[in-house]
Amino acid sequence: MRRTRDTAEPPRSLPADTENAGATGGTPAIDVRGVVRHYRSAGRGTVHALDDVSVRVERGRVLGVVGESGCGKSTLARLLTRLERPDAGSVEVLGARVDTAKRGALRRLRRTIQLVFQDPYASLDPRQRTGAALAEVLAVHGLPSGPDQVAALLEQVGLVPALAERYPHQLSGGQRQRLGIARALAVRPEVLVLDEPVSALDVSVRAEIMNLLVKLREELGLTFVFISHDLGMVRHFADDIAVMYLGKIVEVGPWDAVSDEPLHPYTKALQAAVLLPDPAQGQGGVEAVVTGEVPDAAAPPSGCRFHPRCPLAEDVCRTDEPALLPVPRVGAAGTPGSGEHRLACHVMRRRLAEAADAAQSPSQTTADTAGAAVRVEKKTGE
Amino acid sequence: MKHDPNTPQGSAYRNGTAPAGPAEAVRPAREPVLAVRGLRTAVRTASGPLEILRGVDLDVERGETVAVVGESGSGKSFTALSVAGLLPGGAEVTDGRVLLEGRDLVTLPEEERRRIRGAEIGMVYQDPMTSLNPVMRIGKQVTEGLRAHGWSKEAAHERALDVLGEVGLPSPRALMRQYPHQLSGGMRQRVLIACALAPRPKVLIADEPTTALDVTIQQQILATVSRLRDEYGLAVVWITHDLGVVARIADRVAVMYAGRVAELSGTRRLFTAPQHPYTDGLLRSLPTPAHPHQAPLPQIGGSPILLSDLPRGCPFAARCPHRADHCTTEEPPLLDRDSSRAACWFPRNEWTGKRLEVTGRAQDA
Repeated sequence: MRRTRDTAEPPRSLPADTENAGATGGTPAIDVRGVVRHYRSAGRGTVHALDDVSVRVERGRVLGVVGESGCGKSTLARLLTRLERPDAGSVEVLGARVDTAKRGALRRLRRTIQLVFQDPYASLDPRQRTGAALAEVLAVHGLPSGPDQVAALLEQVGLVPALAERYPHQLSGGQRQRLGIARALAVRPEVLVLDEPVSALDVSVRAEIMNLLVKLREELGLTFVFISHDLGMVRHFADDIAVMYLGKIVEVGPWDAVSDEPLHPYTKALQAAVLLPDPAQGQGGVEAVVTGEVPDAAAPPSGCRFHPRCPLAEDVCRTDEPALLPVPRVGAAGTPGSGEHRLACHVMRRRLAEAADAAQSPSQTTADTAGAAVRVEKKTGE
Repeated sequence: MKHDPNTPQGSAYRNGTAPAGPAEAVRPAREPVLAVRGLRTAVRTASGPLEILRGVDLDVERGETVAVVGESGSGKSFTALSVAGLLPGGAEVTDGRVLLEGRDLVTLPEEERRRIRGAEIGMVYQDPMTSLNPVMRIGKQVTEGLRAHGWSKEAAHERALDVLGEVGLPSPRALMRQYPHQLSGGMRQRVLIACALAPRPKVLIADEPTTALDVTIQQQILATVSRLRDEYGLAVVWITHDLGVVARIADRVAVMYAGRVAELSGTRRLFTAPQHPYTDGLLRSLPTPAHPHQAPLPQIGGSPILLSDLPRGCPFAARCPHRADHCTTEEPPLLDRDSSRAACWFPRNEWTGKRLEVTGRAQDA
């Protein structure tokens, strides 16, 4: 009954960082460490869906995950919700191991973290009324499942209780997605993982669903992992953003730093290709921002996986895989209280380090130099 | 309740008599390559004919891209299919004209029409896998259409090699011998564009051709089509629901709602001063960088219209925050608004003082 959207592509995953996400103490909502997930594929070899991905989300925060097909973002969603298990590494949700959970622990886990799919229609029984579908979820988890509980769930997602009598095909796309969210909320989870929840919806309906998510977050204090290829939507809702490419997190940090002052050349390409151009600046233009196509995840490039398409690539990028490390501070990026900005790029890290050095020497050009390093990148990216 | 002075002109549209003049008001300079006038298309249903297009007006000049935007059910894809003459069974054009350099394709004899459509109007669809024959080599797929239009085998082969290169595909000679499954999604979409452009059409109609592609690949294809448009003076009609794509490639934009054009504007003008409340609502609902982080996005209330149950008057009235009594009694035609055209009784400056109400409530049901 699961959606089948990814049949032709390897799974996707998500990002975060392990040590010191810069947040408060206590158990994080999500703690993913060094997760690896490979698939054997007939004729293709081993697909590297996720390679050594670590990410952490503090309670009550929203992690946005962006990337294109094959980047691993959906695989990450499936590992978090234990639809799959990692080949290596660990996944913890609210302090409990997900990847090794058994029986009772697994059942508790299913009430802690829930997944919402892109197209809830694919996971709804066409012959079951919406009310009955919700009641069934409640009953399975041993919760009260009467009409009152069903009505309360519908109201929570902005649907009138009368909708309980309808069949899925009688609902609009927006109503179906609300129903999908209601079904996830039925077990009162603390963490919601949303995989492309608005991508299939009409533009005018997307705002409704986004507003519902913001409302649920405020009312229920949920932790979210919001997965999308649309940097604009992720930017709007997320506190922190992780950018994935071919099974790796290439950049992660506070939403404003990652979306508005991206450092990784791939994030810049996404920014240029996805964000709505500023109409005051005239047309956004269609200069292709990066060349080439996403390589086969069964044969990821050596060194930095982005290097064959990267405008900045140097020799070191072809041989050495860059680690995801904190960005040398040059003053610009970062919001107080947010997670740390991390980057996996040899060239940009070197440029930023040089800029930071220059800034420390008692010359006058601190911010200028730093800014220049960043600006150079922007130019290349456009 | 004031009536717009343009009303009489508009009523001609509603009657489907399709005046040739008004659409040029936006850009009066040249004769359009493609001019759609009062186009009406209906499908047969169990309960009688259902009008999907209710009088569409559109024109496209040489070397320009006109984007047709709309949500599901707005009629944007039917517009493309009607113009290209590729309507599915049970659907037919019931009124209006499709003028290709002045010749009306609707009234032309069938054989003549088919010849013109294949050769002079190229069409590209969203899903390249279903549009390409999986067991036919790429070369054959490109030359097949040419052969059908009377090209010799040698000429078709040469042209296929050329056009595969023109759309940015590497090593065309080797590619000709490959099968669709050996190509990536982006390459397949380029092959489809090559098929459409092979006979050197004057018009290219693209129906959501990049929607299924990754955004960086999408950007590459947009760049290629824009280059070809400039090099060959193609008239491009780009059907999409993605306003980001519109902003990047379109010279002008037709916003469709309930089977009609609700607004026709230059791209920059559309984004800065939309003339129809529906366009205004759509643009406001997008999370632009200027919108406060995590603050509620303004929603367009209500549900999309059902063509089978159209209300009297303006089809957007029930969802319109600026609705007046008159809106529910008479449907507005496309009216001149400065340098745009909009199917709204009120000019923008009469409703921009107000704002769309921001609510977190569902308007469903």
